[in-house]
Amino acid sequence: MENNKAIVIDHLTVAYDAKPVLWNISCGFNKAQLTAIIGPNGAGKSTLIKSMLNFIQPITGSIAFSTMEDEQVPYKKMKNKIAYVPQNTTVDWDFPATVLDVVLMGRYGHLGWLKRPGKKDKNVAKQMLLKVGLPTFASRQISQLSGGQRQRVFLARALAQEADIYIMDEPLSGVDMKTEHIIMKLLKKLVEEGKTVIVVHHDLQTVEEYFDHVVFINQEVIAQGSIQGAFTKDNIDKTYHQDRNLGEGEG
Amino acid sequence: MSMIFEITLVAVVVAVACALPGVFLVLRGTTMVSDAITHTVLLGIVLAFFITQDLNSPLLMIGATLVGVATVWAIEALQQTKLLSNDAAIGIIFPLFFSIAIILITRYAGNVHLDVDAVLMGELAFSPFRRLMFLGMDLGPRALWTMLIILFINCLFIFLFYKELKITTFDAGFAAALGFSPVLVHYGLMTIVSLTAVGAYDSVGSILVVGFMVGPPLAAYLMTNKLHVMIALTVLMALVNSVIGVQLAFMLDTTIAGMIAVVTGVTTLTVFVFSPKKGLIKAFLNRRKEQKKMDQRLKTIEQAGR
Repeated sequence: MENNKAIVIDHLTVAYDAKPVLWNISCGFNKAQLTAIIGPNGAGKSTLIKSMLNFIQPITGSIAFSTMEDEQVPYKKMKNKIAYVPQNTTVDWDFPATVLDVVLMGRYGHLGWLKRPGKKDKNVAKQMLLKVGLPTFASRQISQLSGGQRQRVFLARALAQEADIYIMDEPLSGVDMKTEHIIMKLLKKLVEEGKTVIVVHHDLQTVEEYFDHVVFINQEVIAQGSIQGAFTKDNIDKTYHQDRNLGEGEG
Repeated sequence: MSMIFEITLVAVVVAVACALPGVFLVLRGTTMVSDAITHTVLLGIVLAFFITQDLNSPLLMIGATLVGVATVWAIEALQQTKLLSNDAAIGIIFPLFFSIAIILITRYAGNVHLDVDAVLMGELAFSPFRRLMFLGMDLGPRALWTMLIILFINCLFIFLFYKELKITTFDAGFAAALGFSPVLVHYGLMTIVSLTAVGAYDSVGSILVVGFMVGPPLAAYLMTNKLHVMIALTVLMALVNSVIGVQLAFMLDTTIAGMIAVVTGVTTLTVFVFSPKKGLIKAFLNRRKEQKKMDQRLKTIEQAGR
């Protein structure tokens, strides 16, 4: 049963300064499906992603990745098969770089230390810019991009990683409708190609339309499952209404 | 080689060596940490001097570089407690280390070359007097060779780790996900900055090193949107500033390093005002254009309302 899971998280607890952010999380992300991680602000969605990407060491628990070739391996052995899209507000867009420079960064993981990106990498990067609908933007300054274009550049960078698993932190936040459609179309195509896509999502309105699978999080896993089975009013209420009680504890 | 030529040569090499790591300090917004380093390496120089009793010992370099890195570590350890603001952490560590060094010099090293003035201000004019001799051959000013080696190390570091510096500076989280440790690159850069500061203190003095590190890259940043062009312009600015600075200092018979720092300040401010891409005037014109556009739109709304 577990071999249809791309990521299996087992009893994961994460804390900042002895304050638990994620508590005893056990969940799985299906291979070749689009899964949304949903929860209110401060529920630990970004922390969950950062734990998956090995930025944060958990107190207990484990995270294992599987693809066609590998079974249940830790992040370090898989990092070139995992693409990451951080929130685009976390970087300085005045940095002196062109769009192509940024997309090329997606190739760096395959290159490793010291090696420079070559012609082949540049071609991959340009191809990905075409996919996100920005074929003429290669030599454009990143400071001149709109919010939606920034997000598409970040997506192109993740695509250039040519990974099997895509982990994205709020890729649809603050983007225009056109960009949202382009991004969702691309994500669906990735899934059709057998890739696994995990998205931290904030817009409850679009969950049913966009995703196959959902994981509700508010410090703990509240519910998970297919959209048909798990995306119920009851689970939404549990996730969003409990946040006042959780976190404060009993003294 | 004439003396003024030798001094200019030393000045150029010092300026370029300092400016190169400065590119990434400016882009990372850590210029104040480098300000701290350039001062606290003095403590390392003094401590290593007490051990070796030799100002020319390479141990001096290593000791001082280590203290520079320790400064960064101490500042970051304080910042990570989240009990005080980032610049406050710099404000505690930097004067503490620096003043201990000053006290040690004034108290115990009064009779050697390590006098406070020279350490704070440095003096390029003296650089031709301390020469490097090899098998009885005069190879030129000692400072020139020291700084050439440091310049070479800096060039090599940036050349080898260009991609790593770029990605960790632009997007540390993404870099970490790919396996390029931002912490490792950060400490690598800080080691280079410390080493450069130690080498430059002798000719430029610890107060002015940060000006040499920050001025040219800042001017270059305002002139271009490409990283490699920014590095090239940084080198050019450092070169021009130091050549003009040396000439002016001789004309006005004043401190050379100080004059270069003044020229650097003037050129950087000039670029800040006049830069065609990101300058003050350009920003002002842009704002006026936007204002006009908005006024126009407001007018049409008013007319439609009538």
